[in-house]
Amino acid sequence: MKYIIAIIQPQCLAQVQDELYKAEVNLITVSEVLGHGRQKGTTEVYRGYKEARNLLRKIKLEIAVNEEFVEPTLAAITRGAKTGQTGDGKIFVLDLKECLRIRTEERGSIAIG
Amino acid sequence: MRKVILLVSLLLLLSGATLFAQSSGTAQQPVIDSGNTAWLIVATALVMLMTIPGLAFFYGGLVRRKNVLSVLMQCFIITAVVSLQWFIVGYSLAFGSSSGGLAPFIGGLKWAFMNGIGINDPSPYFISQATARVPHLVFALFQCMFAVITPALIIGAFAERMKFGGFLLFTILWATFVYDPVAHWVWSADGWLVKLGALDFAGGTVVHMNSGIAALVAAIVLGKRKDYANHPTPPHNIPFVVLGAALLWFGWFGFNAGSGLAADGLAGSAFLATHIATCAAVVSWVIMDWIFNGKPTVLGAATGAVAGLVAITPASGFVTIGGAIATGLVVSVICWIMVSFVKQKSGYDDALDAFGVHGVGGIWGALATGLFASPVIQSAASGVFYGNGKQILAQLAAIGATLVWSFVVTFILLKITQAVVGIKVTGSEEDIGLDLTQHDEKAYTVIE
Repeated sequence: MKYIIAIIQPQCLAQVQDELYKAEVNLITVSEVLGHGRQKGTTEVYRGYKEARNLLRKIKLEIAVNEEFVEPTLAAITRGAKTGQTGDGKIFVLDLKECLRIRTEERGSIAIG
Repeated sequence: MRKVILLVSLLLLLSGATLFAQSSGTAQQPVIDSGNTAWLIVATALVMLMTIPGLAFFYGGLVRRKNVLSVLMQCFIITAVVSLQWFIVGYSLAFGSSSGGLAPFIGGLKWAFMNGIGINDPSPYFISQATARVPHLVFALFQCMFAVITPALIIGAFAERMKFGGFLLFTILWATFVYDPVAHWVWSADGWLVKLGALDFAGGTVVHMNSGIAALVAAIVLGKRKDYANHPTPPHNIPFVVLGAALLWFGWFGFNAGSGLAADGLAGSAFLATHIATCAAVVSWVIMDWIFNGKPTVLGAATGAVAGLVAITPASGFVTIGGAIATGLVVSVICWIMVSFVKQKSGYDDALDAFGVHGVGGIWGALATGLFASPVIQSAASGVFYGNGKQILAQLAAIGATLVWSFVVTFILLKITQAVVGIKVTGSEEDIGLDLTQHDEKAYTVIE
């Protein structure tokens, strides 16, 4: 079992969701986050004070998958989120120790879904 | 006898623009005029709108999320507490007469609790219309709203770090020992600054310079916020700031155009001066932003508007459209520099620019009044550009007196409050935020 965390550009979310559903990955958690990699931030100005290297809005996706879905998920996310420019984001793959479905109390690969 | 009375009235009107005069001695008995009264009742409500919701949201949007309720609470409670203080003693101290040596400096307690003022008594104060008056109580109510907004402006200086109990005590003391005396000097029949010929139509000295200097003192005495690094913290809700600024602009029409105490040509002129100066100030600030920051900002536009409104306040009943535009164009330049450069170099933490905009804007407004007052508007009031070079001296006297009194007494009152209940929250309270630590409340739920 693996836990996939992807940071993507907010405007790519709809496309990424489409690609994931096409790859039959239907379970997802989405959150709004702030951050930056090597992408330069925008400047913001308040009463004469310029704030540079600002944190940028990003979208974080979290998906728990069984082994056979890892590569299709990575491919789907990449298809939806790649623009070729700095700031496209990153995907992290973590080992997932345990998973439990709360409704049925099933555990393991079956619980992932 | 009639000739003497008429002559005395004429002399009173001509003596360097006394803004107010007693009614006794005019040939005709003053009556209550329904048109003037209707307008002043509306103007009173407009001025209250300036404090809540106007200033409340203007300041509320500028602070961080964790402190927005503290600002709203301070504005709201000031409205309640200072109004009570006003009708208990404040009005009498500011606008009443006393006898003896202190008469030019403070009124007595003759009118405490509105004692002796009947509901149908005409106001003893008037500007352009000697016989068509408003009810005395309506005049007192109108002035009440001025007394309310003045201490509320100081909130900008100590935002995000003042203890609520200390704030309450300080506000009540300040209203009594700073606002009421200065109002008396500038606006009451016996006031010494009136007799000196200082011109202040709607409160550049009494409201803006007064609170502006008090703000500077408060910012220094309270000290900086814990994480203040010589630059402003981003406003948590700029839409609120814009909303507040627009409500302030709207309400300010009551503040300035109502200060003529009549619904007539002078009110119209004050309305025009107010509006056009503010428009000029908005454009001026936006241009400053565009040139020096690269982009025009809406926060700048809103701040420019407020600066313009502040500066035109003392001048509104004395200047023509040209003087008004000049006043507005210049105030934004001065205040922009103050807020963007001077404050950051000086290091004091005037969190929401109460001194930078209201204090400095008020000082420029008082000077502008001395420069641009035109006899075309009120025949007894002329400024430097209309041949009356001495007017600037009277203005400087008013500026100086207000600054010194406000500075010294505010300092004393803060020290007293500090000793009795304390004025600043602890470092960890600042971190958690005033909404939770002072009021046990959270402005915005995160989930549901």
